[in-house]
Amino acid sequence: MRARTRTARNTVVLAAVAALGAGLLAGCSEDPDDGTSNEGGGSTDGKITLTVGTFGVFGYKQAGLYDEYMKQNPDIVIKENVTTKTSVYWPKTLTRLQAGSGTDDIQAIEIGNVTEAVQTQGDKFVDLGKEVDKSQWLDWKNQQATTKDGKLIGLGTDIGPMAICYRKDLFEKAGLETDRTKLAEQWKGDWSKYVALGEEYMKKAPSGTKYVDSASSVYNAALGGATERYYDKDGNPIWDNSKGVKDAWDAAMSVATSDMSAKLKQFETPWDQGYAKGTFATVACPAWMIGYIQEKSGDAGKGKWDVAAAPTAANWGGAFIGVPTASKHQKEAVALAKWLTAPEQQAKVFAKQASFPSTPSAYPSLKPSPDTTAYFSDAPLTQIFSDSAKTIPVQHFGTKDQPIGTAIADIGIVQVEQKGKSPEEGWDAASKEIKDVLGQ
Amino acid sequence: MTSSKEALAHSAASAETAPGDEPGAVRGAQVRGTPPAATHSWRSRLYRWDMKASPYVFISPFFLIFGAFSLVPLLYTGWYSLHNVQLSDLDNQTWVGLDNYQNLLSSDFFWNSLWVTFTIGVIATVPQLLVAIGIAHLLNYRLRGSTVWRVIMLTPYATSVAAATLVFVLLFSWDGGMINWLLDFVGIDPVNWRESNWGSKFAVSTIVIWRWTGYNALIYLAAMQAIPADLYESASIDGANRWQQFVHVTIPQLRPTILFTAVVSTIGATQLFGEPLLFGGADGSKGGSEHQYQTLGLYMYDQGFMIGNLGKASAIAWSMFLILLIVAAINLLLTRRLRKTP
Repeated sequence: MRARTRTARNTVVLAAVAALGAGLLAGCSEDPDDGTSNEGGGSTDGKITLTVGTFGVFGYKQAGLYDEYMKQNPDIVIKENVTTKTSVYWPKTLTRLQAGSGTDDIQAIEIGNVTEAVQTQGDKFVDLGKEVDKSQWLDWKNQQATTKDGKLIGLGTDIGPMAICYRKDLFEKAGLETDRTKLAEQWKGDWSKYVALGEEYMKKAPSGTKYVDSASSVYNAALGGATERYYDKDGNPIWDNSKGVKDAWDAAMSVATSDMSAKLKQFETPWDQGYAKGTFATVACPAWMIGYIQEKSGDAGKGKWDVAAAPTAANWGGAFIGVPTASKHQKEAVALAKWLTAPEQQAKVFAKQASFPSTPSAYPSLKPSPDTTAYFSDAPLTQIFSDSAKTIPVQHFGTKDQPIGTAIADIGIVQVEQKGKSPEEGWDAASKEIKDVLGQ
Repeated sequence: MTSSKEALAHSAASAETAPGDEPGAVRGAQVRGTPPAATHSWRSRLYRWDMKASPYVFISPFFLIFGAFSLVPLLYTGWYSLHNVQLSDLDNQTWVGLDNYQNLLSSDFFWNSLWVTFTIGVIATVPQLLVAIGIAHLLNYRLRGSTVWRVIMLTPYATSVAAATLVFVLLFSWDGGMINWLLDFVGIDPVNWRESNWGSKFAVSTIVIWRWTGYNALIYLAAMQAIPADLYESASIDGANRWQQFVHVTIPQLRPTILFTAVVSTIGATQLFGEPLLFGGADGSKGGSEHQYQTLGLYMYDQGFMIGNLGKASAIAWSMFLILLIVAAINLLLTRRLRKTP
């Protein structure tokens, strides 16, 4: 009896300790950066600490830019607060901006959120228009970060000009054209031509391979070149009769209802494995995806990948950096933001990370790393991406761009592609979702 | 954890305290309560004041923290739920009364998530508690290295949700996942676990079961060890075998503990969030293309932080709170009935 209760107590203690341990573990395993205090600025030993809030990989640290800047400015210490996911980063940043405290001295803004920032957070950011020579940036890039009264709230970092990355070896086995210029000619001007080539590919496809990774990637790529997206230029939602959305949807549907898609979801582990195993022959690749492909395909893909111009010039992704008015060191933060986004620095990030500059004057001097060039069969990456960058149309975004895109890609397209529903059913489901998002 | 400790302490105390024996705490208080030989009147007044106030000071930290971090946010959420508030524009709130709630009641997505929460809750909780009792019963035998077994039982619980779920996502991957590979082995067609209606619910439940079974088993084990051995002795003298002992001695003695775990699991199931979110991958807050595993927690997160509609998200939060109150009320009724039956 005595001995038994003692064990019972031990068990309780054990349970309690384990529960505590689990709590700690769980705390650690979440975004490790969430725990770090983001008290903007602060100065110790006469040095000024500037914090930079980013999401994903910006490449500044990787390209050694922070170290370089700190060497040039001995009184500045730079600290980067990275949050892995945009979906975590942005709500957090929004609440801090409105609270007027806890923001970093520099905050990154993703392209999908920039309109929301321009329309609702304009007064929370320093006007950078007076600080820089705006003509250095692509015009459409500046416009996206400019408020109605002409305030520039963010400086363009990278952009995502689009190309098609394809597996030369698989194309050859399927009896298709492998030369990147001739291939680009075959689908030039229309994404449906790119899809049509997929029918050809599937006729003689090497076993176990598909033409494209997913229908959503075709949708995203096609929409990225459309002049009309979900909103008109006055900010009214036009998603249900926008030509750009309809064309992109149709292209995606012809992929989803055929057998040419590997039906993967981008940025998930099976997609990564798809690169490693070579289960799909093409993927619409913005410049920033080059490094990703190289990493995930690994040595097995070396020299087998090639890059051709996309059917239409399109943009996918990219970001801005802005200085919140809540920053205690606005002057120093603005100087750092200017320096980080200057053409020379953008070129350095490109050399390291293949993030494509938003400043055209950097294009002639761009050098992808020799490693990358060799990996992609000596394709002229710089030329392909800068040709695309210069002809990307001005696109208008809205406040709910991201949730609308999610509804179409993850509800509409997935229902057709993975559950075998008809395109009409898929569109109805997406519409219902979008109406819920917009409160219509 | 506090409540679980209380429950354990309760069952242990009821088993151990001999009738007529005065609990120590009361005795201590009586000693302190004896009036001192007071000479100074203000000193005695101070002393009396100390006697009355000190306990409140001692317990106040919890209530202050509770107030600041639980009660105020709770009330503020209630205030939000009566307004149209956008995440991007917190300063601009417009009073809409009960619109958000009305909106919810007429929303298919809300009813769907309620149904999903309920079904996943049942699929996850019932087998989990049954298996946990079984395991606890086995661990209650005299075993070599029993501590090792108990630690192993707790390992899944100590694993973070994120790590566990990511592994399960790989296992349940429809293309090249181990589960489909095993199914293929026995001649069953592969299942698209994430997109299928019941398949996805089953997969999410598996993660929950895997994580929490050991935890519940340990709670049962602790309660089992507090059952007086003489009950088993007399049962075996009466000729009851192991199974009969389990059914007629262990289960009735565990009744309060079973009720406690059932309530805690129900609360956990109502708030289920991390597992389905991570199971859904890149955009998990939708809970699948047909919302087939979008629980109430996910729906709230999607409305509040993906769509940015904080008012509606707050209304969902309060609805969840009300649902939990109903669950608590049902629990109270059940407890009363259980107490009446001998």
